[in-house]
Amino acid sequence: MIKLFVAFCFSLFATAIGAQDVAPDALIRSISDDVIGIVKQDKDIKAGNRSKINDLVEAKVLPHFSFNHMTALAMGRNWPKANAEQQKALVAEFRALLVHTYSGALSTYKNEVIEFRPLRAAAGDPDVTVRTQVKRPGTEPIGIDYSMEKTPGGWKVYDVVVGGVSLVTNYRDSFNAEIRENGVDGLIKSLASKNRSLATQSGAKPK
Amino acid sequence: MLRCFSGLLLLGALGGLGGCATTGGNPDDPLESYNRAMFTFNDGVDKAIIKPIASGYKAVLPEFARTGVTNFFANLGDIWIGVNNVLQGKVGAGVSDFGRFAINTTVGILGLFDVASNAGLEKHNEDFGQTLGRWGVGSGAFVVLPVLGPSSVRDAISLFAADWHGDPLWYVGNIPARNELYGVRLVDNRANLLDLGQLAEDAALDYYSYVRGAYLQRRRSLIYDGDPPRESDPDRSSESGPGRKSAAQAEGEPAPARLTGASVQPVIAAADQELAPAQEFSGVRPQPAAAGQAAASVGPRSYQPMVPRNYAAVLAVSGETRTGFVRTGLRP
Repeated sequence: MIKLFVAFCFSLFATAIGAQDVAPDALIRSISDDVIGIVKQDKDIKAGNRSKINDLVEAKVLPHFSFNHMTALAMGRNWPKANAEQQKALVAEFRALLVHTYSGALSTYKNEVIEFRPLRAAAGDPDVTVRTQVKRPGTEPIGIDYSMEKTPGGWKVYDVVVGGVSLVTNYRDSFNAEIRENGVDGLIKSLASKNRSLATQSGAKPK
Repeated sequence: MLRCFSGLLLLGALGGLGGCATTGGNPDDPLESYNRAMFTFNDGVDKAIIKPIASGYKAVLPEFARTGVTNFFANLGDIWIGVNNVLQGKVGAGVSDFGRFAINTTVGILGLFDVASNAGLEKHNEDFGQTLGRWGVGSGAFVVLPVLGPSSVRDAISLFAADWHGDPLWYVGNIPARNELYGVRLVDNRANLLDLGQLAEDAALDYYSYVRGAYLQRRRSLIYDGDPPRESDPDRSSESGPGRKSAAQAEGEPAPARLTGASVQPVIAAADQELAPAQEFSGVRPQPAAAGQAAASVGPRSYQPMVPRNYAAVLAVSGETRTGFVRTGLRP
């Protein structure tokens, strides 16, 4: 029994080390390859089955995202104004909204080619940007950059910048305005109602 | 058309005045109440007319045919894109754009096929607003144009004073035919954006401010061809993530040098080094400055007026380049 427990601890330790060993750009590459490989083959996903896409994103993508950091970034200077409970609610609602967007974007995927640009970061830098380019025939390539931070659990994405537009900080204006008018609770409420309407609209079960 | 343009100038002037008054909202958007009204109007026009036509167009035409239409108009656009690349000092990119036009017009059968991309000549995204930005002209206030949508004082003036004249369709002599081509292009563009538009509308808490933020960030990124220097962001210092600097530290550091023209490379290189955390985008307007000169006078929380101080220069410059076109022989 004790032996088992020790083995279990050791395996945890080993996975933690393993996750840390993966370079940030290699991590993004393996996630992209993984997810696109599935999207290309799965007929349900190609037909736009939202709940199946959501499951895929939940399993393959989300473990590598730091939603705490994302929410803090979107909240900006308002983040410390929220108490622990409010912060937790904000993270949960913002997560649901981002997942919906990410899954929606994935369902429009059409054989685009993703190229990785060389990582420009000093060794040991705990905060790097992995830059990729999505090539589509006939239009100029669009950049998708992932801001990543090093955590004990490996590298985590805390911002995704598409064509120069941050999917996270682009919320700051509307978050600020909502908080100014209705406070932090008002923002939580409006995020929740947004998520509810998206869930009924796409027919997926609310997360 | 002329009336439209003078109206725009008036708007620009209003933007200049509005810059002094602080509204509760975004410092880049002193015209917010007008903009929101126009945004709602445009959205109504889109939902009632443009979007249904675009949806029908997408349903009727097979994908390869729509790609052909998109390629045809994209090919015509490459000339003007090349001119702007040259104006920005990116001669190699400009030559590549002219090469694209030559290849696609001939081998690609009047541009219906984008063979140049397959041959390794990448498509670029340039317009005169970006050229002005590269030259150091700030974007000015955010403006929503009737039907044409989100823009800024700089980009709108560029559009009317330069881009329309650099568009080959402008020179189609038969006016009804020209307008028809404009219409097809508009519908084709809209059809390409159907999925994306829905995605943005779904993602947004407040659609207007989402589109505004996206437009401003996107334009800034385009001016730097996808590699904008990081701006210091005091809001980021409120986080506890590893590798963050304290707010006090950040304030003591000079902001990244901004800018432009031929001296962009060192700035981009500088952006790779450790900089203060990026500043909230709306906080600082890119201002013309010598490369390497730290914009230390711009405090992390202060911001420049919405309309660049050299606003008069915007008009002067756009007038200047119009005569420039005559010289480049673009005008028949």
